[in-house]
Amino acid sequence: MAYAIAVFAAIAAVIIGVSFGSVPIPMSEVAKIFLQSFINAEFGAPIDGATANIVMKIRFPRVALAFFVGASLAICGAAFQGLLKNPLADPYTLGVSSGASFGAVLVIFFGIAFFGPFTLPIFAIIGGFLTILAVILFSRLVKRTLSMETIILTGIILSSFLGSLLSLMVALSGEELREIIHWLLGSVSMRGWGYTLMILPFFIVGSLVLLLNSSELNALSFGEEQAHHLGVNVQRRKVLILIFASVVTGAAVAVSGTIGFVGLVIPHMVRIAFGADHRHLLPLSMLYGGSFLILADLAARTIVAPVELPIGVITAMIGAPVFAAILFRQRKERSV
Amino acid sequence: MLNVEHVSGGYGEQNVIKNVSFSVRRGEFFGVIGPNGSGKTTLLKMMSGVHPVQSGSIALDGRPLHSYTSKERAKVIAVLPQAVEQTYAYTVEEIVALGRYAYQKGLFKTLSEADKILIHEAMKQANVLPFAAKSIESLSGGEKQRVYLAQALAQEPKLLLLDEPTNHLDLAHQKSLLDALRKWTEEKDLTIVAVFHDLNLASLYCDRLLVLHNGMIHSLDAPGSVLREDNLEHVYATKTKRLIHPQRSRPLMTILPHQTRQEREMISFAEIPVEQTEEWIALSFPFPLKTLSSAVLGSGFSWKKHFINRHVDKDYDHQHPEADMQQFLNAHDLAIDDTVAMMTAAMLENYSLRLLDKENFELLVIVTAGVGNAVDASKAAAHRWDEHRIGTINTWIFINGELSEEGFIQAMMTGTEAKAKALFDERIKDPVTNTLATGTSTDSILVSATQRGEAIQYAGTITELGKAIGETVYECTIEAVKKGRQS
Repeated sequence: MAYAIAVFAAIAAVIIGVSFGSVPIPMSEVAKIFLQSFINAEFGAPIDGATANIVMKIRFPRVALAFFVGASLAICGAAFQGLLKNPLADPYTLGVSSGASFGAVLVIFFGIAFFGPFTLPIFAIIGGFLTILAVILFSRLVKRTLSMETIILTGIILSSFLGSLLSLMVALSGEELREIIHWLLGSVSMRGWGYTLMILPFFIVGSLVLLLNSSELNALSFGEEQAHHLGVNVQRRKVLILIFASVVTGAAVAVSGTIGFVGLVIPHMVRIAFGADHRHLLPLSMLYGGSFLILADLAARTIVAPVELPIGVITAMIGAPVFAAILFRQRKERSV
Repeated sequence: MLNVEHVSGGYGEQNVIKNVSFSVRRGEFFGVIGPNGSGKTTLLKMMSGVHPVQSGSIALDGRPLHSYTSKERAKVIAVLPQAVEQTYAYTVEEIVALGRYAYQKGLFKTLSEADKILIHEAMKQANVLPFAAKSIESLSGGEKQRVYLAQALAQEPKLLLLDEPTNHLDLAHQKSLLDALRKWTEEKDLTIVAVFHDLNLASLYCDRLLVLHNGMIHSLDAPGSVLREDNLEHVYATKTKRLIHPQRSRPLMTILPHQTRQEREMISFAEIPVEQTEEWIALSFPFPLKTLSSAVLGSGFSWKKHFINRHVDKDYDHQHPEADMQQFLNAHDLAIDDTVAMMTAAMLENYSLRLLDKENFELLVIVTAGVGNAVDASKAAAHRWDEHRIGTINTWIFINGELSEEGFIQAMMTGTEAKAKALFDERIKDPVTNTLATGTSTDSILVSATQRGEAIQYAGTITELGKAIGETVYECTIEAVKKGRQS
């Protein structure tokens, strides 16, 4: 039932997302075009070719990319939160997004092309993974118990450091400047199907691995020792989850830049509505995360149209207060 | 079941645990005690495989612990930690279901029907079924702990490791948890290794106790052999006193709080006023005295401030003399817990009192005597239980000094012998057997000591205190008997 609602919400978000824009297209029209293109459904009245083109070549790729990026960030947020038993963890607050950006900017800055079209996501993934390792190792050094605040603080420190390096590279770059800045702010616009296809393999494999580790995430969210007692091979599972969460995050960052707070807000909401069990939290977070980012993107491009806001502005406006609310609740509970 | 051989290990350079060897039998309730930092928790973590062993080996059912896979191990060993970090609002049932993790197969690890039955059963046994659907965050500390106990039970372990399981529990929850654990050792053959802070709980529930001291085994034996004053003073560097449990053959240990100035203040028996009215003879001390008595109220060993010898009518025949006495004390605003109360039909003005001031102690003896009830203890078979005559000798012996427990009993013997001799010399006869009497059938005695001042170990007849008691009780008894005769 929970899934039916989530799937319906996702489809609705896609149709709404495609329907709005500089040239409004009625939702029924959008639905017709989808049905015609996907299952060759026949309709009495022929569909206007230009409209179909806008839908399938411009709007739908953008909406689809928003969905995959949102789903990626949300499932990674849920996984990081379970693994680190820290409700404030998400790719953005942990600095993984910054690390991935840094990796991706290196590719653009130096024009690296080792892995063909997948160079960008692979460097982003490596950047993200190294960042999360650095954050965890450094937090361990500060405080053995990996406390919530220490991890987030470390993530923020590393984020700012990487941010300054990024600024340096932007300052040093000439012609690529605009491309990098635009990309940094986070956006899913004008990417076409190429980008979607670029992240799809990483997204599918990474998400699947994370989904298969749901039970382990449940156990790990009670602490590594407790997970050990319950029979979880803690070291192996931990590394697996960290690597594949980095893969999914890195791929998402590679195509959309740093979009904050999606991984924080969505799992939090899903947990309130459907409970903490990661076996449902992960897939539901994916669906709602995707829908959320489609709508956030819609808001970003329509609120002050024709100017487009960076999508990160919208997610941060919603995410920061949620972050504060979670922090406040945790503090209060612990003081009791 | 569990074999620990020459195990050493710890954090960093220094070994917390040094060359520890022991084995635990199947179905045993095995306790680990020791001071803070002695390595109890580290040892437990080595047994659960969380903490690596530097040298030596731990074997489970004859197989080295490290050769078990994570899941194999979790099917044999379950752990109830002191506290579980919990961040998210899981339901109780979800948490208990995690106990089946090691048994789940397949990619998505769904729960089988058998799993569900076991989860239900575990929740029932740990008594958390009523909140199965509730969020863990809404439960109290004791309830949370029972949830994690249910989780451990759902693992169907053969060995359950517990780290200070009663830490956050109130008295009733401590008992119910430990009772349940011990029941499972009997019924399911569950083996339990538990770290205890509370020596008395460890004593009451464990089959054997291992005492860790600086990471080494100090002693390992049944609680009665391990919990000795000298052992504990060595390990904990604190003086303790061993007590007997009134109902179970397990020792209890107690600490000795440092005495306050008030508790060290000395008194002289001469300052204690003796109040004698028609109704009673009453003595009140400013602080409680350690008292051994056979009184109607306040018998056995206890600490008492007020001492009452109540006069009752010749025809007093109450169904419940204890309840009647309680009512009497209540009517006189005397706290029952602070009071020893006897009764007699003898005329109270005929009491006899002697105060002796010796170098090491003071002795105060008060005797009231009626002898109509006199009995020759050696021929008491001739008496019937329900015969009813009047006459009781109540003997009070107060000592201003610190008397040992054997001293108390010797004082009682000495006093009783002196009384018998007095009756003998007064030619008091048992009216039934017509032989010389040794006492009456309703005599009462109390020995009470301030436990301040000089320590007195013995009170046998030829010790200094014994001599004083013997002579004084003899004189007082004769005087009281004579006064009774004259009146």
